[in-house]
Amino acid sequence: MASEPDAGSDARPLGRRALLGSLAATAVGIVFGARIQERLQRALLPITLHDPTGLSDLLPVAGRFRIYSVTGDLPSRSKEAYTLRVEGLVARPTTFTYDDIRNRLPQTALTRDFQCVTGWRVYDVAWAGVQLRELLDRVDVDASATHLKLTSFDGTYVETLTIDQARRDDVLIAHTLEGSDISDEHGGPVRLYIAPMYGYKSIKWLERIELADHLPDGGGYWEHRGYDIDGWTGRSNGGHEDPT
Amino acid sequence: MIRRFDVATRVVHWATAVLTLGLLVTGTILYVGQLEAAVGRRALLASIHVWCGILLAVPLLVGVSLKGAGHGLRSDLHELSWWTRADKRWLRRATRESPDGKFNGGQKLATAMFGGLLLAQIVTGALMHWNKPFADDWRTGATFVHDWGYLALFVLVIGHIGRAMREPELLKSMSTGDVPVSWARRERQAWATRELVDEQSKTPTEA
Repeated sequence: MASEPDAGSDARPLGRRALLGSLAATAVGIVFGARIQERLQRALLPITLHDPTGLSDLLPVAGRFRIYSVTGDLPSRSKEAYTLRVEGLVARPTTFTYDDIRNRLPQTALTRDFQCVTGWRVYDVAWAGVQLRELLDRVDVDASATHLKLTSFDGTYVETLTIDQARRDDVLIAHTLEGSDISDEHGGPVRLYIAPMYGYKSIKWLERIELADHLPDGGGYWEHRGYDIDGWTGRSNGGHEDPT
Repeated sequence: MIRRFDVATRVVHWATAVLTLGLLVTGTILYVGQLEAAVGRRALLASIHVWCGILLAVPLLVGVSLKGAGHGLRSDLHELSWWTRADKRWLRRATRESPDGKFNGGQKLATAMFGGLLLAQIVTGALMHWNKPFADDWRTGATFVHDWGYLALFVLVIGHIGRAMREPELLKSMSTGDVPVSWARRERQAWATRELVDEQSKTPTEA
């Protein structure tokens, strides 16, 4: 066995205790961290909202959005060039412009939490846009259609929804986030926002919606990497709470 | 020269260092929005990050379980874990005199912080990755701990590298294994004396 330090009698195993202490603190953090995070985030909101440097964004308490992008370049498209094509099993395949989505279709505003499947959460996020079902109503969906395949102009990301999910009140084709146009980083100019599901279902840089009579491609991008196809918060991916 | 770290200890240190740097680099990109936006490729980065995390404890566990070759590592860890009054004095800056053993209070504190933080990151990272059994609140809690642990670890690694740069003998001893006798006599007198006596008692039997 290793020799004890010569000071012998006054030596104490503080290193081992530090490990046990860390485990205990970690457990407390896991159980109560969400509550601490929420308090801090709300308390600091006046500061983080008006921080011109943006440095407070680097702190976990800022409750900022994390930027998830699965391709090498940040996708970018101007509002003028932007179109959303709805096709597949529909009577009238239609291309919607940014102007259609922003100004010509009925508008809906929603304020809900944004929850990622791995845990980060942004409280009370204000979204505005058009309900997805408004678009579906205008293209005359075929009775045989059961699913939607949604494609991003990042060239890679794909998501799927059932028709019933797509027709919910709280599913938006969103153009506004926290009162501003949605930026490139956050999936603009137009993205999906599905309030009752984890963030990976809310596809960014939305370009095309295809109606189909089967689950397209066996599910979306992260579903091929182990996530649930029906990404309800709290219910899917092992969770069992009420959807937020 | 006096032997400070044996081969197993050095290999374990550098393997753990490479994995930790891999975690910090990929973690930083995944965490900082501007970087993530510029680099993207989230699935690839996330899987590198998770694999570095899975492998993180492997070098240490293999090292300490090596029967003969792991002896030096086990004895170093043991000494780093046991704190004497002299270590606390050293930390309070009451004295900067040469410590009784091989390590001073600052080195023991750094080891405890590395151990505690990396353990917390492994536990919370595992929960975030294998999240299915856990409620959203726990996942959010784990993310909360993982974020702060990351920031603390980042500072600790910078500090660790900074200290090593300021004492080139120590940095060198982590690659060659040895420190000059003059350094040891100056900075770790009690330890140097013990080691030199051991050397002398060994030499005749080997000759």
